[in-house]
Amino acid sequence: MDPVKTLTDNRVWRSIVRHGIRGTNRNRVMLVMENLFLHLHPAKVRRRNLEVSSTYYLGAVGVTLFVVLTVTGVLLMLYYHPSVPQAYDDMKELQFVVGNGVFLRNMHRWGAHAMVLVVFLHMLRVFYHKAYRPPREFNWVVGVVLLLVTLLLSYTGYLLPWDQLAFWGVSVGTNMVKAMPGLGPTLRFYLLGGHIVGENALLRFYVLHCVVLPGALLLGVAVHLWRVRKDGGVAGSSGLRRTSRRTKP
Amino acid sequence: MNDLCLESADDARRVPVRVALVRRDAPARLLENREETEPTAPHLLVRELIVVQLCVVFLAVVSLLFDAPLEGIADPTNTPNPAKAPWYFLGLQELLHYFPPVVAGVLLPALVVIGIVVIPYVRINLDAAGLYERPWKRTVVALTAVVALIGALLVSYRVWPVLVPTLVLYALVILPALPFCPPALKLRLGRVSLSNWIMTWFVAVAAILTLIGVLFRGPGWTWIWPWREGIY
Repeated sequence: MDPVKTLTDNRVWRSIVRHGIRGTNRNRVMLVMENLFLHLHPAKVRRRNLEVSSTYYLGAVGVTLFVVLTVTGVLLMLYYHPSVPQAYDDMKELQFVVGNGVFLRNMHRWGAHAMVLVVFLHMLRVFYHKAYRPPREFNWVVGVVLLLVTLLLSYTGYLLPWDQLAFWGVSVGTNMVKAMPGLGPTLRFYLLGGHIVGENALLRFYVLHCVVLPGALLLGVAVHLWRVRKDGGVAGSSGLRRTSRRTKP
Repeated sequence: MNDLCLESADDARRVPVRVALVRRDAPARLLENREETEPTAPHLLVRELIVVQLCVVFLAVVSLLFDAPLEGIADPTNTPNPAKAPWYFLGLQELLHYFPPVVAGVLLPALVVIGIVVIPYVRINLDAAGLYERPWKRTVVALTAVVALIGALLVSYRVWPVLVPTLVLYALVILPALPFCPPALKLRLGRVSLSNWIMTWFVAVAAILTLIGVLFRGPGWTWIWPWREGIY
């Protein structure tokens, strides 16, 4: 008895996955087109864009880091209270009481730093390959917004441990906002929920970090990937020179 | 030696005999069309899966080796010296050392964001030709004027960490226009487009400012050597 056949050759399986599992080209295309998550990809990709030097897979690395940060972030939320001084005590709990708490926090922290770096490198890759040229102009703008959201995500998360590093890092940054003529002091007041970095600021940064900004990033990434597909797939190094044909020895 | 190669098989219907004549001075090559498409499943998906695995493994190893920093509880009455922002804002904080807050904290970041957003809508970025691959005299003169203006501004505010990379890159840009430039270098530098030069300048300045902020700044934002005084 073939276990694969037993699993797939019945009405229940076909109600979930409509096409068969035979490795035909039609099924391969259907697999991508009929799946909500995979359909952000085009059904077919250019061979040269599969090469590492074409995109360095930096977009994929960025999305991966976002997923890792979401998973570790949700787990961290189980042990975290956004209040003073409980927030800091929770850091100590993670360190000494929660199993693998330090590892969890490390993954989240280093993943966040890596994501800022990778998203920036992704932007540089797209620039030097001239992959922002028409019709992809607006997707570049979406990408810049995503870079800013990434920075804000990292920055709002920076306050949450409520240690000296967090408090003064955020104090320095929000004092810069105050320098903005006219709107600055008001903006800073709304951001912090007061005139100093205190309990209200911690709660606001927590809500921004865990709900508002990840939601915005998710939405933005969906638009970003969808537009990549609509504009004919990723523009790898092709924008640079016309090297679509090359010889293989 | 073997100019003539004969392929043979038992079943003549399956593998017909092919005769290929290969000249020794022209090795056989297959023209590969890289515009051809492959189905996303499995070709792209498998590669993405590998990328995901490499990322997670790498991050897990780093997390096992290095612990995230955690200092004492936040204390508004005890200001650490220096009080540093996260690393990606240290370039801006370094600028705050030279310019008034409204310039370093608002004007320059706003200009950077606007400058990056409009890239695909500005013509010089759509032109892939190198600076010296088309009429370049007027461009170089205009560029010299702009660099002189920015340079004067940087000198008046004593922003040496920006002035030095600016002048180095400017020297590289105008090198092909000078008579003593070696031809190979002339060809290589001449191929770089103006938009690439500008972006490279921005990245160099941002990287240098960030590195200075992370490594070379100590108490009172004074210059320190990290190997002597450590990293603050």
